[in-house]
Order: sequence, then C-alpha cells, then structure tokens
Amino acid sequence: MNLISAAGFARTLKYWTMFRDGLICTVSLSFLTVLFGFIIALIVAIIRLSDFKPFRNIGVAEDGSQRTDFIGKLSQFNPLAFLATCYVEIIRATPMLVQLFIFYYIVFANNPFPRIMLFGFIRFERFMPGVVALSVNSGAYLSEIIRSGIQSIDGGQTEAARSLGLSSWQSMKLIVLPQAIKNILPAIANEFVTIIKESSITYTIGVQEIMYAVASIKGATFSIVEPLLIATAIYFCLTFPTSKIIAHFERKMSRGDKR
Amino acid sequence: MANDVMLSVRHLKKYYKGGLIKALDDVNIDINEGDVVVVIGPSGSGKSTFLRSLNLLELPTSGEIIFEGVDITKKKVPDKNGKMVKLDLDEHRQKMGMVFQHFNLFPHKTILQNMTLAPVTLKKMGQEDAEAKARHLLERVGLPDRADAYPIQLSGGQKQRIAIVRALMMEPEIMLFDEPTSALDPEMIGEVLAVMKELAIKGMTMVVVTHEMGFAREVGNRVVFMADGQIVEQGSPSDIFDHPQSERLKDFLSKVL
Repeated sequence: MNLISAAGFARTLKYWTMFRDGLICTVSLSFLTVLFGFIIALIVAIIRLSDFKPFRNIGVAEDGSQRTDFIGKLSQFNPLAFLATCYVEIIRATPMLVQLFIFYYIVFANNPFPRIMLFGFIRFERFMPGVVALSVNSGAYLSEIIRSGIQSIDGGQTEAARSLGLSSWQSMKLIVLPQAIKNILPAIANEFVTIIKESSITYTIGVQEIMYAVASIKGATFSIVEPLLIATAIYFCLTFPTSKIIAHFERKMSRGDKR
Repeated sequence: MANDVMLSVRHLKKYYKGGLIKALDDVNIDINEGDVVVVIGPSGSGKSTFLRSLNLLELPTSGEIIFEGVDITKKKVPDKNGKMVKLDLDEHRQKMGMVFQHFNLFPHKTILQNMTLAPVTLKKMGQEDAEAKARHLLERVGLPDRADAYPIQLSGGQKQRIAIVRALMMEPEIMLFDEPTSALDPEMIGEVLAVMKELAIKGMTMVVVTHEMGFAREVGNRVVFMADGQIVEQGSPSDIFDHPQSERLKDFLSKVL
C-alpha cells in the first residue's frame, strides 16, 4: 500500500464536511479566545499598573511625610497587582496542555455548560472549556504585550502630562494608551494567528476542530497521511494570508508616524 | 505682591544607593515672585535633579519644598482647620509649568490639541476659550499657522516654543526650564531664548537650568552655581560671572566662557 495515493485523497474527501465543520469550529474558537483574552489582558494590565494600596495610610508618619522604613515599603504593597502578576507568571511557566486539562477535568469537573449544539454540530459543553482555557492562557501573553506597549512609550510623555497637572490615570488614558495601542495592534493580530494554531490542542478534550476531523477520518478510512496533509493545507491557508494582511496594515500604520 | 517668597526649598536631599550617591546634598533656596533664577554647573552637579524635584517628578529622599505655603513633599497636610488631609499634588503641579530638554510634545495630537488638552480636561476652561487662548499664544511665539500641524512636522526650535506655550496654557505661577536649548541645533537656540526672555520681562517667575551663559547674564536676576549636589555660590549675574569667589566656580567659568 502506498503512503500517499489518489485513492486515499478520494476516500478522505468523502468526509469533506468534517473539515468544513472543523474549520468553522477552529475559527470561532480562535476568534472568541482573542476577544476574551484581550478583555482579560486589558484588565490585568490595568490592575498591574493600578494605584490600589490599601495599606497606604500606615505609611504616613505623624507629620504627614512618607515613611521610608519597612512599614513605609509595606504601605506601598498592591495586593491586586501581586495576584495579577502571579497569574501571568504561572500561565507563562506551565504548558498549555496542562492548563487545558486542569480547566476541563478539575475546574469544570461538574460541567456547568448546557448540552447544546452550536451551528448544529459543535458540542458546547466541550467547546466552552476550550475557549476558557485558551482565553486564560492568551490573556496572560496579551497582557504582557499590552504592558510592553505601555513601556515602549517614552517616559517623557508621562512626565509632560503630569507636569501639566493631569492625574496618573488621565495621563495613561489620554497620552500613553492611545500611543501604546497603536504600537501593539500588529502584535495582537499575531496572537490571533498563534491561537489559530494552538487551538488544535483542544481536540484532546473532544472539541470538534480541524485536528478532531483528522482523527475521525483516520478512524473511518484507516489512512492518516492524506487527512493530515489536508489539515496542514487548511491551517496554512488560514494563517498565511492573515499574517500577510497584518504585515500590510503594519506598514500602512508606520507610514503614519512619518507624517 | 513683589518679593513674596513663592517657593522655598529646605534641606533638600536626594540619595541613591542608600546614601552612597548624593545627587542633592542639603539644598536650600528661596525663590521670590518675579525671580528669574538661572542654575548653572558642570554636568552631574545635580541641577536637573534639583529642578525636577521642585514639581516632584523626582521624589526627594528628605527635605521640604514649600510652594505657596504648602509643603508638597508631604502625603498629608493640615488644612485651614488644622485637620490632616490628603495632599493633591496634581493641583499644585497645575500651577508649575515645565519645559523639558526633549520637548515631550504629544505626537498623536495636533499642536492645538497639545495645548488645549490639559486645560480642557482639567476643566480650567471650555474648549472654545482654550482654542482662542491657544491661537493667541501661537501668535505671540510666531507660529499662528501651525495650529493643525503635528509635532513631527515642526523643527526643534518650533517644538520647544510650542512646549513653552503649552505649559503657559495652564496659567502657571512659576515656570521650570530643564535645559530647554540643549537638544537644539545652534541656529534654533536664539528663537527659544527670545520667547523665554519675553516671558521674564513680563514678570513670570522662572527657574532655568541652562548652559547658555549669555542668557544667564542677560536675563537672570539671580544665578545659582551648583556642584556635587550642593549650591556652591549664588548671587547676581555680575557677582557670579565677574567676581566669582570659590575655586570650583572659577574653574567652571574658565571652561565655559
């Protein structure tokens, strides 16, 4: 038996609707992941930059000055920022597969999601844990992108805004964030490409995306090579044009800088 | 109101590495209303740190900065009933304009937006009033036709003139200049100094860190010489430039004049 044969492709393509469904599932999974991931990331980035210091008052001495001893340092502790940093570091330091299993088998052990079908075929109770796990993972990476975008803005911008009397939040909102978000839009779009590829991992919990189609067709036709090659082509056709479109907009936006 | 103390600095210290590096080592000065104080000194003498401490862009290690009767280095200050309330630093900063070496205009905003952003956001004036005031100020510095340009389209000298009027939009009581001409091409220095001189003549209280000795002599009414984080000598321009006392100052002047 040949490794690859025209007959093998013919057999595989009989199941083309499974690839179509897989494609729909992969794209909706990736889109929801980037959307929720970005919301998580923005909240985390803002928390990490926030001025929430519940122990602020113990750091103020009798005469109103700021204490510089240990208690003074303790008063600057921001518990929310600490938790947000823990989240980012733990996610970035553990494998995606582990996080996916933790969400599917532990967090959502008593699966709370209704057993409905999206688009008539996607099993929601498997799809949703996948979305949550991927979003939580992507949120950590995206929050680092947002943070680096904020840090890429020259400190003189904040100094100028503060010297005019704007508060730290006003400086962030009006001066730093608009410049930062413009800088990081390409990186966010790249994260979308990454998620399209990484979402393949959710086939391990039975989400019916493209790799799930490959496994099903393998079971039905006893051939793996042809379905795999078709899956590869689909992934390539999804991500390659997307990154080209991103690169196009990146060039267009950097032209704006040289006004 | 002339000669009222506007800003007084007491025992200002800024240490790094637990006191190993003393960027500011016990600086004391009173700045009166209408003063044009020019700060000179070798690089690393602490003059920029001193200036940036005045509006707390640099947090001092210790010392007091009393601006219009309020010690702005404190987190809490007594109100008029003697009750301790949180100090609103932003409110005090609105009264202290600052001009930076690298201009720091907002690149994503037009010149007009650069100027109106702070006064409108802080509800100091309405959008229309702010725009009218901005156009009037642009006229004054000779750039009336650049209102809708973006900072990237301006030369260095033009950017710095915009930075000055942007600070003036908040109607500050004192203006701080941190080496405003150091990043400029030589032929553009004159146009910026001219704007600053006009401001001084109109009675604005100013603290200027600069290497322009001609400006210090001509426009300053007090010159402060700093070295190693301390004020070594201060006096009128003729005291400092014609009758220097300390060796440090004589040495410095021999190198720059």
